[in-house]
Amino acid sequence: MGLDAIPHNFLTARLEDLVRWGRRNSVFPATFGLACCAIEMMATGAAHYDLARFGMEVFRASPRQADLMIVAGRVSQKMAPVLRQVYDQMVEPKWVISMGVCASSGGMFNNYAIVQGVDQVVPVDVYVPGCPPGPETLMHGILTLHDRIRTGELLRRRAERRGGAGIRLEGEPVPIS
Amino acid sequence: MGRLSGFLVTLRQYGKKVTTEFPKEKAPRPARRHGRHVLNRYEDGMEKCIGCELCAGVCPARCIYVRGADNPPDQPVSPGERYGFVYEINYLRCIHCDLCVEACPTEAITETKLFEFSFTNRNDAIYTKDELLVGDDGRARRLPWELWLGGEDDDTSEWMRVTSPSGDASYEGRVSWSGELGFGVRPPEKGQAQD
Repeated sequence: MGLDAIPHNFLTARLEDLVRWGRRNSVFPATFGLACCAIEMMATGAAHYDLARFGMEVFRASPRQADLMIVAGRVSQKMAPVLRQVYDQMVEPKWVISMGVCASSGGMFNNYAIVQGVDQVVPVDVYVPGCPPGPETLMHGILTLHDRIRTGELLRRRAERRGGAGIRLEGEPVPIS
Repeated sequence: MGRLSGFLVTLRQYGKKVTTEFPKEKAPRPARRHGRHVLNRYEDGMEKCIGCELCAGVCPARCIYVRGADNPPDQPVSPGERYGFVYEINYLRCIHCDLCVEACPTEAITETKLFEFSFTNRNDAIYTKDELLVGDDGRARRLPWELWLGGEDDDTSEWMRVTSPSGDASYEGRVSWSGELGFGVRPPEKGQAQD
């Protein structure tokens, strides 16, 4: 029996709040840097900005231990399948931050080699602008994501509610549950 | 002591506070920081933008979309023949290079030091003219997905004020900048005059 089967009442609502609180305060990002934005991502984790204050100092080296993928940098056409595989290997619930203009829309690399927006490959929750975004900009994006986790729906299955930008790959990957 | 000497380095760092408590405060911003744009107005409230599309032409990321229109004779928007009636910047393309500020002949567009913003959908990232244009007090409009802690729009694009016109270094310290709504003629950046 999953959480779906529990009828909704006062107790489960408090339980949901607790689960959301737990999720919000332990979002572990995957180590996934693609370009110069990754340098700023490292700076965000270091002492001056200190992501540990939000309970997410550990950049997990394995996608199976991560909740959040920060796509930091331009995604080339060759990297896109790798990116999708890393995303598919992450366990639900999972979130994606598109960091920087290259990941968000291709930025100034408007050419054949770069994916024009990573939301063509994976569903994106938060877009962080800038080239590259500073550590504070990234942290603002992370706080925006925390707000979404705190107020969003608990049982979140993107494939069912067709989340993200509404752009899907051919052949929906089977969700790992 | 040999094998423990590494710990000494750690111990020496103990008690130092270097972390910026980000959502409550921001790290000190450099005077010439590039951030989100504003569209300025003259001191009488007229818009500075004349819709010439030079900023759109110079933008390396092609993130600016401008369309000019003739000023209505009875209710002019800008002091001239034309004004920018569409002005959009896509912040998912903008790389904050400040070339638009350099290209602008009327100093209409400048960049604030506000860089703490993020979007949850792509439509929010396209700033329209209403969002970019300064308010009646000459201050930037504060949108709900931006983090303003105050002071970010005090001296927008300060580096232009020290080297203008056209980035010529021999004009350092001389103000050739027209007045702005809420601020008047702003002084040049301090400590940069040629002497």
